[in-house]
Amino acid sequence: MGGRDATMVLLDENGIRCDGRKIDEPRKIMIKAGGLKNADGSAYIEFGDNKILVGVFGPRDVHPKHMSDTDTGILRVRYHMVPFSVGERKRPAPSRREIEISKVIKEALEPAVLLKKFPRTAVDVFIEVLQADGGTRCAALAAASVALADAGIPMRDMVAACAAGKVADTIILDVNNEEDQAGQADMPIGYMPGLEKITLLQLDGVLTPEEYKKCVRVGIDGCKIVYELQKKALAEKYFGGGS
Amino acid sequence: MDQRKNVIPGDVITAGPFRPEQNVMLDGKNIISTAVGISEVYDDTVRVIPFAGKYTPKIDDLVVGKVLSHSSLSWELDINSCYVGFLPAQDVFGRDFSAHADELTSKLKQGDLVAVRIANFDRTRDPLVTVGDRDLGKIDSGVLVKISPGTIPRLIGKKGSMIQMIENATDAAVTIGQNGWVVVSCESPEGLLKAKKAVIMVDQKAHVASLTEQVKKMLESRSES
Repeated sequence: MGGRDATMVLLDENGIRCDGRKIDEPRKIMIKAGGLKNADGSAYIEFGDNKILVGVFGPRDVHPKHMSDTDTGILRVRYHMVPFSVGERKRPAPSRREIEISKVIKEALEPAVLLKKFPRTAVDVFIEVLQADGGTRCAALAAASVALADAGIPMRDMVAACAAGKVADTIILDVNNEEDQAGQADMPIGYMPGLEKITLLQLDGVLTPEEYKKCVRVGIDGCKIVYELQKKALAEKYFGGGS
Repeated sequence: MDQRKNVIPGDVITAGPFRPEQNVMLDGKNIISTAVGISEVYDDTVRVIPFAGKYTPKIDDLVVGKVLSHSSLSWELDINSCYVGFLPAQDVFGRDFSAHADELTSKLKQGDLVAVRIANFDRTRDPLVTVGDRDLGKIDSGVLVKISPGTIPRLIGKKGSMIQMIENATDAAVTIGQNGWVVVSCESPEGLLKAKKAVIMVDQKAHVASLTEQVKKMLESRSES
C-alpha cells in the first residue's frame, strides 16, 4: 500500500472517508470457496486490500496424541502473515499478535462447529494472510468459516465477521488500515446471523455506552452483508450459482 | 412428499413437528442444516445429503478400504474416514491363525484394496471391519474412483436404479463403498471408461434434478460413437 497519504482527512464534511467510502459502506469483498486441491476444504477472501487464503484439514488424527480428547474433536487454528504481507518485511515466526489472533479466531469458530461427532480427532485451520490492510482478523474469520463448510465440518451456522469503529467522532463500518491507526476505536465482531449470536467481540479504544451500542449494531449489519457473500461463495461452488 | 432444496450450514429448512435426521439440527422450532448439500423432507423426517465431508463409519456399511500397514495380528485400512479400520488377521486366515506361522503380507499387502463391512464402531474405539461375508474380500481388478461419500445415495439411486442403469449400459461391475470409494471393473476398456465417467458425473452433478436423464444421455451418446 503506502500509496495513501498519512496526513489525510479520515472523514470529510460530506461524510466521505479517506478511501472514498460512505460511513456505512464496507470495502469491496470477494469470497471464493475451494481452490486448494490438497486441503479438505479451502477458501480465499479479498476484503478490500486484504488477501487471505485458508486451508482446512480434518477431522483427522491428533498429533501430538496427548492433545486428543476422548469426548470431542478439537479445533486448532493457525493465523499467520507471510513476510511480504505488510510494507516492511515481517519476520515469519509467529508473533505475539498472531498467537492472539489464532486464539480469538479459534474461540470465535468453536461455538459454530459441531465436533462432538468426531471424538479423538482434530480439525486444523491454517490461515495465511497474503496481503494485509487492516481488519484481517475479521476477513480471516469469515474465510475460515467458509473453508470449514467447504470441508464438510458440521456447523450450526456460518460465522460472519466485520469490524466497526469510531473515526472523527463518528461510528463507521469496516475499519481500514489508516482508520485503525489514526481512528479512535476499532471493534471487530464475529456473528452468527442465523442464530443471532455474537462469537467474537473485541474493542480497542474508548466509546461511550451509546456509541458502544451503535457500534455493535453497525458491526452486525456489516456481518450480515458478509454472510450473504459467504452463502453466495458456497452456492457458487456447490450449486453452480443458484441457491 | 419430497421437497428438495439446496442448503448451506445455518439455513432453516423447515419448521414444525418433524424428526431431525442426518446433518440437521433442531433450534427451537426451526430445523437447521449443518452441512452443504440437498435437504429432503419426506413423511415426518428431515435430512440433508451432504456434498462434502469425510465418511463417518456406521455398523453394517460396506466400504472399500486400502491397506495402510499391518501389525502381527491385524491390518490397518484407510477407509476415507477420520479413523482407520482394523481388520483382524483371524478374519482372513480363519480361527487357526497363528501369529508365528502365518505371514500377513501373504494375503494382503500395503496398497491392496479390500471390500469390507464395518463390524463394530463406537465413539471410544476405532472401527472394526470384517471380510467374513459374501462379496467381501480383496479386490483384484478394477479402477478406484474416489467420490464424495455424501453422493453415494445419488449414485445408487432409488432402489438401485442409477447404478443398475450404469452397469447395464457398460457391462461393468461397480463395487460401491459407502465411504465414497467406488471400484469399477469391466472387461472392455471402453465400458470401463464410460462407467468411470458416469460415476464421476454423478458426483459432480449430484445437485442437478434431472441427473438420471443426463447420465442416460451420456451413456447412450457414447455407445453410438
